[in-house]
Amino acid sequence: MDQHHDDPKVHTLHVDPVTGQTTTGHEWDGIRELNTPLPRWWLGIFYATIIWSFGYWIVYPAWPLLTDATKGVFGYATRSDITVQMNELKAQRAVLAAGMAEATPEQIKADPALFQIAMAQGKAAFGDNCAACHGVGGAGAKGYPNLNDDDWLWGGSLDAIRQTILHGIRVAGNDETRVSQMPAFGRDGTLKREEINAVANHVRELAGLSTEPKANLALGRKLFADNCAACHGEDGKGNKEMGAPNLTDAITLYGMDMASLTETITNSRGGVMPAWGGRLDETTVKALTVYVHSLGGGQ
Amino acid sequence: MTAKASPVRQATVGELIGMLIAAACVLPLIVIAALTENSGYAFHAMLGVVAALVGVVLIANRCFDGSVAVEPQEIGGKPNYNFGPVKFATVAAMFWGIAGFTVGLIIALQLAFPDLNFDLPWTNFGRMRPLHTSAVVFAFGGNVLISTSFYVVQRTCRARLAGVLSPWFVVLGYNLFIVIAGTGYLLGITQSKEYAEPEWYADLWLTIVWVVYLLVFLGTVMKRKEPHIYVANWFYLGFILTIAVLHIGNNVAIPVSILSPKSFGLWSGVQDAMFQWWYGHNAVGFFLTAGFLAIVYYFVPKRAERPIYSYRLSIIHFWALIFIYIWAGPHHLHYTALPDWAQTLGMTFSIMLWMPSWGGMINGIMTLSGAWDRLRTDPVLRMMVVSLAFYGMSTFEGPLMSIKAVNGLSHYTDWTIGHVHSGALGWVAYISFGAIYCLVPWLWNRKQLYSLKLVSWHFWVSTLGIVLYISAMWVSGILQGLMWRAYTSLGFLEYSFIETVAAMHPFYVIRAMGGALFLIGALIMAFNLWMTVRSESVAAMPRSDETQAPLAAAV
Repeated sequence: MDQHHDDPKVHTLHVDPVTGQTTTGHEWDGIRELNTPLPRWWLGIFYATIIWSFGYWIVYPAWPLLTDATKGVFGYATRSDITVQMNELKAQRAVLAAGMAEATPEQIKADPALFQIAMAQGKAAFGDNCAACHGVGGAGAKGYPNLNDDDWLWGGSLDAIRQTILHGIRVAGNDETRVSQMPAFGRDGTLKREEINAVANHVRELAGLSTEPKANLALGRKLFADNCAACHGEDGKGNKEMGAPNLTDAITLYGMDMASLTETITNSRGGVMPAWGGRLDETTVKALTVYVHSLGGGQ
Repeated sequence: MTAKASPVRQATVGELIGMLIAAACVLPLIVIAALTENSGYAFHAMLGVVAALVGVVLIANRCFDGSVAVEPQEIGGKPNYNFGPVKFATVAAMFWGIAGFTVGLIIALQLAFPDLNFDLPWTNFGRMRPLHTSAVVFAFGGNVLISTSFYVVQRTCRARLAGVLSPWFVVLGYNLFIVIAGTGYLLGITQSKEYAEPEWYADLWLTIVWVVYLLVFLGTVMKRKEPHIYVANWFYLGFILTIAVLHIGNNVAIPVSILSPKSFGLWSGVQDAMFQWWYGHNAVGFFLTAGFLAIVYYFVPKRAERPIYSYRLSIIHFWALIFIYIWAGPHHLHYTALPDWAQTLGMTFSIMLWMPSWGGMINGIMTLSGAWDRLRTDPVLRMMVVSLAFYGMSTFEGPLMSIKAVNGLSHYTDWTIGHVHSGALGWVAYISFGAIYCLVPWLWNRKQLYSLKLVSWHFWVSTLGIVLYISAMWVSGILQGLMWRAYTSLGFLEYSFIETVAAMHPFYVIRAMGGALFLIGALIMAFNLWMTVRSESVAAMPRSDETQAPLAAAV
């Protein structure tokens, strides 16, 4: 076969008629390459980025050595940089926080300047820690109480709110947490299906809602008095000592439709909330207390 | 020798070895499937059994269907090209592309409307997201790279692909890897490393396939009939070699047991992070850049019928690109536990990478000098030129985002997603589409595409999609970054995280619309290609520069 090195088409200087530029003389599957020199601007910027990098290496930490790395003449380090920034922020907040640390939630509430700070800090802390369950505006969701109304499970005074934030609800291993447990009347066999239906209808009756036509309200009333009134009260108005909800208003945590009520009575409910005492500092908890108290229903 | 083979012939040594290896895998895989407690892993073992049996049948069938043992290297003094595996990979690329774009659209909609997760583990965003990235990068992009590299290396070396069974092993083996990886994600099998999610056994399989790929490619280059190696082949070789090193480096792991899909990586802590982003960034650099630049260097001059703009630029930017890219990974780890010196190097090398990246764009676009008018009439060429423009834009944006001050704002936001997609949709997918539009008529001996008008429709629909996508992500990304760092005058964060999520919603909807348009464009393309293949074949190869014998002569 022919030796391609001797092929006349290779090494013959070929001139591209369009650009007037010579080609390298090679050809692959019909493709040739022009001898165009490197664009000057391209080369210039390339050199500039290299020179800039050398400069950057001199002033910033850059090249690894045996046990350490070059430090750079600016003495920059990410860690010290973040420390400086955090300290600046702390200093800015410290001026504000000075009053906050001393004051009680009641005093904060009474002092317009402190109240403004508490609301700002409380909103930020609420958004980062509470909004996931209670919603950004504290409007809650099914199973997560609405914090904008004055219907409180565990009390809506500043002290009660602070206690709830610090120790949470049904937190295992926390001595001061809020605890109570509604019995699972159906699962435990305390009430039969028809009885649960009767109680559910009575609860709707208490809330002023319609009841089923064939509901045995008399039985429901009796069973409620025997089984529920101890916590929810004879009148169904609830008991904040036990976190027992008021059943007579339209505000509901798990739903007042028959299916939800049947589920609640059968299997009970028992939501949990984390204890924030160990996670948030004292001032933040105070700010949150005031913030939640001011959402609409503080008592 | 083109003598008609007898109906049944003796298997060659290579065929026997191939069948023996495949058959030998069957029993151990069945044992693994029977003993493992992980149902996903058992499924993969059985998939391996099926693949091994199919392998045996396919090889054995060669002895019965009248195909010759070893195809001649040349027929009538002209190279006898092997285009079967190229065709398979081209079809696979189109298939996986559409699958990957569809999954992308689903997860984009999931981000806008979380109910679309359907509360099922298999359809959950966490599993679908790697399915999307792997499908578009490795399944679509990978098949495009394999098909074009096998095509280009043959044409520019004037030599038949090295190996008899091995080119098919590469193509089929690679797609088996894709199936293992994709089904694994849906079944919950992952090692949780971004873009390197497949577990140890899939990694081992890919390593074998990849080494064979390298050997086939090198073997073809070594027996070339051209005195010099064409620039596209440097880029392909750089891509294949570096991906092998990256894949092995990032995936060294010790399996819990041969009966478990779970493994533990050799690296830990910040070293693991460094390895991961050295790999991750160079998957971009070598898989999605070097490999696709190789496509530019063949398909753009071919389609424009113009010489490459500058040989010198191609040399300088090739070596600068591969030397500098490999250092840039740490810019993914700014302001983390990674030592400051490594962050500095990652950033400065990213800046120095700017011009070497642009070298490819200049060489590609300037190759059109003298053929600019073709942009009006040839939508395929237009697509390739726009892809180079997107390449230039995202390789400017990349260095910009690697600057620490900019990164402080952009990192972890949707800006990154927008940046990635201007590269992925605008650059990688567009140059792939252009190459496939060229390849299909060449491979199937068709005079031309079924419809250039449909190519134009594809171009405009998907360009609109890309513009919607990336502008939505720029706005949402910068908005997100600014909201995260906004402080009130009292020194407290202005927005809670959930408020920033809520603010993203309209942009997520726009992004999904962009993705839908891009998918529609790809469907138009698939239809066009299907109709092209169904159209009448021409006797001779349609290429204007045709000097070689048509493939049909080999049969």
